[in-house]
Amino acid sequence: MKKTILTAALWCCIGGAALYFLNALFMPKYMSEVPEGALIAEYYQEETGHDVIFIGDCEVYENFSPDLLWREYGITSYIRGSAQQLIWQSYYLMEETLKYETPKVMVFNVLSMKYGQPQSEAYNRLNLDGMKLSRQKLAAVRASMTEEESFLSYLFPLLRFHDRWGELTGEDVKYLFHRDMVSDSGYLMNVQVRPAENVPPGKPLANYDFAPVCWDYLDRMADLCQEYGVQLVLIKAPSLYPYWYDQWEEQIKDYAARRGLPYLNFLKLTEELGIDFNTDTYDSGLHLNLYGAEKLSRGFGTWLTQNCPVEDRRGQEPYEAVWQEKSAVYAARKERLEAEWNELNEGGSS
Amino acid sequence: MSFASTQFLAFFGVLFLLYYTLPRRFQWKLLLVGSLFFYSFAGWWCLIYIGVTTVTTWFTARRMAALAREQDAWLKEHRAELSKEERKTRKAQDKRVRFRWLLGCLLLNFGILAVVKYTNFVLSNISGVLALFGGGTLPIFSLVLPMGISFYTFQAMGYLIDVYWGKCPAEGSLGKFALFVTFFPQLIQGPISRFGDLSPTLYEEHPWNGRQIAMGGERILWGLAKKLIVADRLAIPLRTLVADPEQYSGVYVLAVIFLYAVQLYADFTGGIDITIGAAQMLGVQVTENFIRPFFSKNVAEYWRRWHITMGTWFRDYLFYPMSVSKPILKLHQRCRNRFGRFGKHVSVHTCSLILWFVTGIWHGASWNFIVWGMLNGIVIIISQELEPLYDKFHARFPRLRGSRGWDLVQILRTFWLMGAIRVLDVYRDVPLTFRQLGTVVTSLRPQALWDGSFLELGIGAGDWLVAAVGAGAMLVCSLLGRREPVRQRLTREHPQLAWAGCTALVLLIVIFGVYGIGFDAAQFIYNQF
Repeated sequence: MKKTILTAALWCCIGGAALYFLNALFMPKYMSEVPEGALIAEYYQEETGHDVIFIGDCEVYENFSPDLLWREYGITSYIRGSAQQLIWQSYYLMEETLKYETPKVMVFNVLSMKYGQPQSEAYNRLNLDGMKLSRQKLAAVRASMTEEESFLSYLFPLLRFHDRWGELTGEDVKYLFHRDMVSDSGYLMNVQVRPAENVPPGKPLANYDFAPVCWDYLDRMADLCQEYGVQLVLIKAPSLYPYWYDQWEEQIKDYAARRGLPYLNFLKLTEELGIDFNTDTYDSGLHLNLYGAEKLSRGFGTWLTQNCPVEDRRGQEPYEAVWQEKSAVYAARKERLEAEWNELNEGGSS
Repeated sequence: MSFASTQFLAFFGVLFLLYYTLPRRFQWKLLLVGSLFFYSFAGWWCLIYIGVTTVTTWFTARRMAALAREQDAWLKEHRAELSKEERKTRKAQDKRVRFRWLLGCLLLNFGILAVVKYTNFVLSNISGVLALFGGGTLPIFSLVLPMGISFYTFQAMGYLIDVYWGKCPAEGSLGKFALFVTFFPQLIQGPISRFGDLSPTLYEEHPWNGRQIAMGGERILWGLAKKLIVADRLAIPLRTLVADPEQYSGVYVLAVIFLYAVQLYADFTGGIDITIGAAQMLGVQVTENFIRPFFSKNVAEYWRRWHITMGTWFRDYLFYPMSVSKPILKLHQRCRNRFGRFGKHVSVHTCSLILWFVTGIWHGASWNFIVWGMLNGIVIIISQELEPLYDKFHARFPRLRGSRGWDLVQILRTFWLMGAIRVLDVYRDVPLTFRQLGTVVTSLRPQALWDGSFLELGIGAGDWLVAAVGAGAMLVCSLLGRREPVRQRLTREHPQLAWAGCTALVLLIVIFGVYGIGFDAAQFIYNQF
């Protein structure tokens, strides 16, 4: 009997170890393709805290440059953004972030107010698989799952990605237990230029009211920040599409006023910021490229220093050393991407 | 709740833990509660149907047993006063009373089955006939079939007939009888157990038996592997092939015959493996339902090896009683007098055709199942009638009989013949099925086998390879397990290898199983019957 139990335990351990290994092997690595999937997990490698945390969808991780905020204002910041991040995902990421650090400012991009229900399994995986196992992750999964999804597959992603056995590549082995950093403090750099032309106008909607569930999570965000003494700042990034309706704008403005929260709609400040949609966007106005992101960050940095209790931490250790290193990586990435883009352009024109 | 779901694994895991931690006298009660809980997942209203069958069958069986006792006691008491003839008359009268109870219960329960399963089929056929004469159409009702109704009705009615025949005692406890009818592992796709076979281990107390539990667990894993790796993978190209019969004719129809045979076998035996394995882990012994059917050398033998409990049910409760019924005996007499040697067979063949008609319609309320059943019967009858011709053939070529080559020819012939009949179940349309089978002769186009067309049926080369290896493993295990199941031998002779095998099976199921997003999780095929 004792021997049987020991044998069973041994084989369970072997099976468990094999499953752990297979889980690591089959999980998409998001290195050369869909790097957005790697963003959320990169936060856990941060060595120091931050004064400003951005939360939201692609309108934050494509449009703000933490490196510029550091270089020009000494503001330490990080973007906890991910593709089509829904408001409840943002809330739980905010809650999780507060377990690790208490920033001075939380910046939330309000575009996700337009989504009142779970949208897509693919985006859910990009947003949630990278989170460490925690109460917040479980709650985020529960709130985000579409009908076809299974809760268990978020605890054991192998159950979701097992069918990748036919498409495993060398990358899956190379990044089995470690990943390269794809972002700069959560910012996903892009240096390409594609002017915004023929931006489609917003189609009339049957109902412009945000869903009650979105208001509920926005309330919870405001309450949470209040509880931790963090200044919550609402923003709308200067992306021309998806269209931001005046009716939405009014609702957010009213809410911000009611809760005493600052609200900045950068779509109305593009001229002031110097953003030129002929040169500062890489996908015809959906997202800013590096040059646009730096302009936006410069303007926002000015506003932060004037309106929020952020410190200039340049020269302070350990921030100085950490951010020096980050800046070097940022500069190198910028150089590499610009070289690739120029090469592509030259190739295209020849 | 499908067997191949995490929901079932969680349910079974909790039940298993409670089963061996609670005092043993509660074991059968726990199984009953668990079974009802399991069944309630199909819809609470299903509990009403199964409840009616359980209560009416239990009460009728008790009533028949009580009547038999009373009648025996009365006869004993009045033995001296009655002549032999009077005793005989009295016995016949008593039997008629019990028969009326039996008939009432059979009519009620088969009536329920008939109403929910066949009403719309009958109405649509009447409408079809009326349409020929310019009549209107009858309404179609939205009747939902309670899960496993064909299985539990047959199991309960088998018990009732056994009690009537005095083959088994009437169960006194309604709870225990309810467990016999609702026992969850076999509720949705059989086997159709006999009370005498199932009840001893179902009700007795079971101490922890590591070996039995391990064997049961191994069998569940094997069943899951068959279902998730082979059956559900092959379901994908089959769906494509059947969705567009015009495009996929000729050699594709041969592919449908072959693939559906493998898929159905992996699906159905996989489900039965899970059933038997789960029961075994709880100490309950469930009857085997398959004995390597694809090694059968003729159709009759195939049906002795495939879905055995259904076959024996129809044989014992329909074929035999029908064969000795007055109308059939009369028919037998008349035909023998008029047609001589051939006439002797007419009554048996009539019974066979009725049996296969019922077997067909049991599988589903549609003409494809009826034609499927009748074709099985016709093939068996033709085989029986050609028996003298076979004997002559073997007398001329005596070395053939028993030779491996001839055995293989017979096995392959039976496999393809059964497969060709079985495609009626795939296309679900009788004229279409025959048209498709015809294209095998008229436009075979075998080049599809090697021009890469099979890689465009919804699965790629890797999946075909996995399915082939899985099917190959099933074949090898069948061949090696002729005397004793492979896992049993492995566990006894090389226990470490058995553990390694189980671990490997878990990993293979997790990786190569067809489940999750992107796959349309196929229910077990026999659930629908």
